[in-house]
Amino acid sequence: MKNQRCKGMRDLLPRDMAGFRHVEDTFRACCLKCGYQEVRTPTLEYLHLFTAVGTLTPSMLSKVYSFLDWDGWSGERVVLRPDNTIPVARLYIDNMSEYKRARLFYVSNSFIFEETGKKDRERWQCGAESIGGTKLPADAEIISLAREVLHRLGLDTVTLQLSHAGLVKALIKELKLRPSEEAKVTSRILEGDWQALTEVKSARNELDRFLGPLLNLKGKSGGFLQNVKALSREASSSFKSSLDDFIETTTLLDGLKCSYEIDITAIRTFEYYTGICFRFMLNGEKLGGGGRYDNLMSLMSGNDTTACGFALYVDPLLKLLRWENEAKPGILIRGKQTTPEAVEACFGLAQALRNAEQTVLVDFGEREPCDYRWAISISQEDLPGFTVTDCREKREWNAASPGEVLSIVRG
Amino acid sequence: MRYQSSYVRIALPKGRLLSATADLLDQVGLDFEDYDGKTRQYNLQSVRFPRVSARVFQEKDIAVQVAVGNYDLGICGLDWIEELRTRYPASAVVEVSRLDYGEGYIYLAASQETGLYDMDGLSSGRDNWRIVTEYANLAHTLTSNLRLKSFKIFPVWGAAEAYPPENADLVILWARNENEMRAQGLVPIMRLLSVDAFLIANRERLENKDLSEVLGCLSPAFVAKAQTLVQEKVEITRKPAISLSHWKERELRLALPDGHQKVPTAEFLQRAGLNVHGYCGRTVSRRLSSDLEWLGVKVIRPQDMPLQVANGNFDVAVTGRDWLLEHLYRFPSSPVMELLDLGFGAVRIVAALSREMAVDDIDGFRSLVQSGKLASPRVASEYTNIADRYLRDNHISSYRLIPTWGASEAFLPEDADLLIDNTQTGRTLAQHDLRIIDVLLKSTACLIGNKESLDSPGTKEKIERVVEALGGGLS
Repeated sequence: MKNQRCKGMRDLLPRDMAGFRHVEDTFRACCLKCGYQEVRTPTLEYLHLFTAVGTLTPSMLSKVYSFLDWDGWSGERVVLRPDNTIPVARLYIDNMSEYKRARLFYVSNSFIFEETGKKDRERWQCGAESIGGTKLPADAEIISLAREVLHRLGLDTVTLQLSHAGLVKALIKELKLRPSEEAKVTSRILEGDWQALTEVKSARNELDRFLGPLLNLKGKSGGFLQNVKALSREASSSFKSSLDDFIETTTLLDGLKCSYEIDITAIRTFEYYTGICFRFMLNGEKLGGGGRYDNLMSLMSGNDTTACGFALYVDPLLKLLRWENEAKPGILIRGKQTTPEAVEACFGLAQALRNAEQTVLVDFGEREPCDYRWAISISQEDLPGFTVTDCREKREWNAASPGEVLSIVRG
Repeated sequence: MRYQSSYVRIALPKGRLLSATADLLDQVGLDFEDYDGKTRQYNLQSVRFPRVSARVFQEKDIAVQVAVGNYDLGICGLDWIEELRTRYPASAVVEVSRLDYGEGYIYLAASQETGLYDMDGLSSGRDNWRIVTEYANLAHTLTSNLRLKSFKIFPVWGAAEAYPPENADLVILWARNENEMRAQGLVPIMRLLSVDAFLIANRERLENKDLSEVLGCLSPAFVAKAQTLVQEKVEITRKPAISLSHWKERELRLALPDGHQKVPTAEFLQRAGLNVHGYCGRTVSRRLSSDLEWLGVKVIRPQDMPLQVANGNFDVAVTGRDWLLEHLYRFPSSPVMELLDLGFGAVRIVAALSREMAVDDIDGFRSLVQSGKLASPRVASEYTNIADRYLRDNHISSYRLIPTWGASEAFLPEDADLLIDNTQTGRTLAQHDLRIIDVLLKSTACLIGNKESLDSPGTKEKIERVVEALGGGLS
């Protein structure tokens, strides 16, 4: 029967899983080398974690999978986690807040309702969070780590786009709107609708001098931000201090020879970012992103703790990566009979070879042996032993014991 | 007998919009015989158009019925359209036009005790808002938009106005105007939308089916400007709401049912010698007093009682065992328990289907589903959790549950294949050509309580006195 899979959900087939594990293993290896520790949060969290101001936008909240649990008579709703950073922050507050510094990473899924059902509603992410570190080096470390993972995956042509959440918020403040209008403009911008800003800014011409370049140009070095600074002498102090913060990070990245593009619109969806924000783009596809979120812990009733992090999106990565054929088992043992004795002999040989770290598949005629380098048949009872075939070199040997088979296979 | 393509089917409202809708249909020459609220006739035939038929529904069922395609067109208030659409934005409901009538508004209101008069206090104020509403989906959207950090939404079947201030801080409810709310002790904070009547259509039918006979008739009543969900502050006059008696100071809180259960409950209380004043008055009084000075009494929907008792808003309540089980099937570890079987109001919860269906029992129904002759059976029920459990236990595969709010028997055979409903005598089911194939359980009125209330010696003693008093009504 077809079509029993839930809309928006995806099966990962062996080929997909091989790709998935490659991404995951690459990511884990990079994180472990940098001293990050792996964590895993539960799939279910309380909804209230995500409803506080400055966490998820109302639009995101309208797409979470939330429901009453079996003991939810008190009206407390739970969600399939719609995001991974907030659960990791919760994990840190609940379990690790006595450590002032934590470097954590995860490979997790998250769930967001997507109306058409044609895109994935379950999404996998590889993410890292640097909690409690000194701002500038922590930002640089997180960006470098993400770039290192992409490099190891062979994705060197990815563009790093930078923005700054503090600067965007200060920019909105410059418009001097009423609180309700400001909230609307902020929501629209976080949903990627920058038209909201240009619609309002036309009423304040004096902002055009620095808003224009910020919105329309894409700087490639800290020099661009210095230019914006020179044009924004009349701006508020919070705008200037966010700009200085942004300049500091870009100067460091310039020094580290890390190329980037400054795109103020490269910030979306999550309200919790406070400082530098970034995303990785390739051919118009977003492969990941992250940023600084210094207020999140305190919003979630934790201590006031600085933090930044990133996540790489596994699903678009899988589409981009080119795979060699899936690894085949090294040795095929071909059973010709399915009598208990014959099956036992096949399994005995397989176990002996596996104990010697060989990958062995036992097959009773279902597959063609030419898919594998080595094929072994168990000889007839009157002539005990094994026939070993090198399918690549088209050669054949007889072996009397598993030890002899191993010698032949090992050359 | 599922949907016949050449016929146009319209879902028409009961209740608040019935008389204005009947007038409109009359004016435009699309009248239906017996659409007057006086008869319990649910299937109606157009007087003028033989191809057009209608069925009468609770308003909150109409948007759902049109969305799932059981009906081509429907007329209902914007509130129920938004309640569906805010949760299921992709649902196949199209607003054809606003009609030139409507009734009241949906308000966000606060109890006077919260000290709230406007929106500012909501986001910046205290945590843990308790919100009671019939519009749970609208409430969730509103709490997201207002960025309330900590809140609990208690969905109720009705009588939301009865809960504040003791059992809720905020309510989202329908009212004709602000004065109506103030009279109920509520302070209107925000008008969420104006409840105008809308003609709605199933998207696919509007795209593919000739509905022009009906649309042509109704078009003179179309109002050009469509209205969407608007949130506006109510003009704040700072007029105080009417003060209510201090109900919460009573030591034991009892909930009594409104609706059909009111009269038998009042008679039972009289037999038991427990005098509750004003319960059987003509107007619905939500707060009552009794001879027992420590007993506070409120009147709410029996369906809502188990959840309210579980949350400690009431210590004891008189409801049906059907509603207790409906709650316990959904929340198995809930602290609500039955304290006393009161014996009256006996009903059976049954599974019934159309006489046209050649099935004698649930095993036969399962065979029919397994054979593929009735793939994805539609099951209509007020008791969604009891129905769900019954269907699971009987291994009925890929069923679709249609939650209803009363008059469920009218759903069969066109809009549902199986009914799980209560019945006293079976007469109504028979009148609708339905046959009972199984009895799920028997239910009578019972007194329910919260196990945790019994932990407190003072409360326990008072509960025991109520149980003892009610026990006197049994003999």
